[in-house]
Amino acid sequence: MTHQENPAIPELPVPEPVSEAVGLGAVVDVPRRVEVAGEWRRVSPKYILVDLIGEAIFALIVIAVAVLWAVLFEQTWQWWVMGALLLVTALGAAITPRRIRSIGYQLREDDLLFRRGIMWTRMVAVPYGRMQLIDINRGPVARAFGLAELKFVTASAASAIVLPGLPEDEAEQLRDHLVTVAESRRTGL
Amino acid sequence: MSGEQEAFLPHGAQGTPERASFAGQPEAQRPAELRQRRSLTDGEWHRLHPATPLLRGGIAFLAIAGFVIANLRERLVDLFLPRAGEYDPEDYDPITYVWEHGYVGLALLAILVVLIVVMTGFYLSWRMHTFRVTDEAVEVRSGILFRTHRKAKLDRIQGVGISRPFLPRLFGAAKMDVSVAGQDASVKLEYLFSRDADDLRRDVLTLASGVRLAEQGLAPTPAVGPGGIENEAALSRIVNERVTEFLAPELDPGTAPPESVVRIPVGRLVASTLLSLGTVFFLILVVVMIVSLVNGQIWALFWFVPSVIGIASYFWSTITKSLRYSIAGTPSGVRIGSGLFSTSNDTLPPGRVHAIEVSQSILWRPFGWWQVKINKAGLSVEAAAGGKGNTTVLPVGTLPDVARVVELMLGGVSSTALHDELDLAIREPARSGFVLAPRRSRWLNPLAWRRTGYTLHDDLLVFRKGVVWRKVDLLPLARLVSFAVSQGPIERMLRLASAHAHTVLGPITATLPAIGTAEAASLFEQVAEGIVVATRADHSHRWAQVAGGVMPAGDQS
Repeated sequence: MTHQENPAIPELPVPEPVSEAVGLGAVVDVPRRVEVAGEWRRVSPKYILVDLIGEAIFALIVIAVAVLWAVLFEQTWQWWVMGALLLVTALGAAITPRRIRSIGYQLREDDLLFRRGIMWTRMVAVPYGRMQLIDINRGPVARAFGLAELKFVTASAASAIVLPGLPEDEAEQLRDHLVTVAESRRTGL
Repeated sequence: MSGEQEAFLPHGAQGTPERASFAGQPEAQRPAELRQRRSLTDGEWHRLHPATPLLRGGIAFLAIAGFVIANLRERLVDLFLPRAGEYDPEDYDPITYVWEHGYVGLALLAILVVLIVVMTGFYLSWRMHTFRVTDEAVEVRSGILFRTHRKAKLDRIQGVGISRPFLPRLFGAAKMDVSVAGQDASVKLEYLFSRDADDLRRDVLTLASGVRLAEQGLAPTPAVGPGGIENEAALSRIVNERVTEFLAPELDPGTAPPESVVRIPVGRLVASTLLSLGTVFFLILVVVMIVSLVNGQIWALFWFVPSVIGIASYFWSTITKSLRYSIAGTPSGVRIGSGLFSTSNDTLPPGRVHAIEVSQSILWRPFGWWQVKINKAGLSVEAAAGGKGNTTVLPVGTLPDVARVVELMLGGVSSTALHDELDLAIREPARSGFVLAPRRSRWLNPLAWRRTGYTLHDDLLVFRKGVVWRKVDLLPLARLVSFAVSQGPIERMLRLASAHAHTVLGPITATLPAIGTAEAASLFEQVAEGIVVATRADHSHRWAQVAGGVMPAGDQS
């Protein structure tokens, strides 16, 4: 079987490599994180803004519901709930840039690597031949920024790979590329 | 991309059915018995067992009848035992109403019309429910007003199960379930004549294996496909002639079914079922009840008796389901059968086992009993979660039994080697080439850290884990869907990570907790590469062609 060259996919501007070097710790020769070789591609930095807007919308809805509740039922406990939700959202928003920078993918010769997460990290390898379907989804906010999301469906629900924040043309190129390589490496289930 | 989107094609969208062409060969030369046996795979449409609508609607029918009888109970009692009950004829009910208003004739007519409609419906649904088996697929058409047409491509078949529930068994009917990849995507043939079912399954699987029945002169010649395909057919004919020679003795209808390689003594089955969490729960109940009774609370019996009945029926069904267990290798795959009143037997073609788990609870350890479960494709979410779908391939067995079962499941590995390896893996994983979790993982995994590890060889990934529940997961790399490594904050502090092998949905979740980061990274690289290599070498979707050793280079699909 021959491998096709990856078609040209525009390289994304790669921010400074996230080198989570071995920090302070007793065991120095053991890496803290599970790392693999290769250059990780990042999602578009614009996706940070998309995500923040999504969180802002959520916060607005929470405030609106709380206010409505106060007007309709003249109660006060909902302010506490609102405060808690807003706090969690704000904390989430604070780490959003790092969280999104942690999303990365690699197109290797025979498989796709995907990783995400800062506190709870996860790294998945899916051989191209195992991909059953590839969806492109565009949310309303993401569409305004010209971004799309690729969702990979395999025979296992646990694979769960969603690659958000890709520029639309890149997402389509990537999809077409993956469909071709998946087809060329396809065997039985 | 997916090849399974063939369902609900309108009839006629695919090639014309091949005619059953025994032409050119004098009819008299074929034994009548053979012709009869082959008649279901001739590419023509066939009907199901005539009792099908009754059996499928049987439960609803019984329920309605029961409801009506329950409602008329007093009247019936009054009819047969006049003045015995306190039935009051002045009570209003529909029959009184009909009787008093002189609508008897009308009511009888209505019942007759309903009966005729129901009978016609049953008859029509039977007439319209047809199936056929071609060289490419098993197809079922059904429905009177809303027609459905389901098609299972032969090379996507994940297993064929035949079950004979108690009631249909009385009618000589059996249910055949052709499962293909995809959740709940099976093609069901309910109900077949019981006597045809086993032969039909064998033929379907033989067709699926890439051996053409036609080569034996027993079935119609394959359709001549569009231009490009003819060449391939000629090639596969040569291949298949050779394969057929290999398979011929087994395909002889006179051959007895193969012997089961494992037997479960009834005593062991009963004892192993009793040595389970259900019994622990039961003992707790008994203690609670005795305490309540001693304290003079007689009402404790009200919940105790029903729960005893519940537990007893659970034990009963578990035991009867596994009675008469048998497992044997056939040319079409591994056949596993069991059951006393309702029997079922599944045939798994080679390469359809996605994960194997050998496990032992602490209660079974003194006896050296083990259980083997598998993941296979085509289960619905509920079936996978509820442990249904015959995923337990060995309910209880000794380690040599386990080795024999795993040998059948994997194929091409000798059971003595497997036995030694499993034995070593379970008792002394450090000595059998396992990469074990480091000492620092004892903080996260205090009991089992010495027994947690992996090994990777011969296209097989093996996870060893657990002390209270000892487990060995065997994962053929050619079947893995994807592989992941995850790490939480505490794991990162300790420089540990967890590995997850993703397979199709099933009872087994192959996770290896708390191994060292360096080991996890190397495992990740090895598995990611191993899946690709193993997949490329794997051609089990037309397994007999591989067995023939003349596999055309490159991809099949």
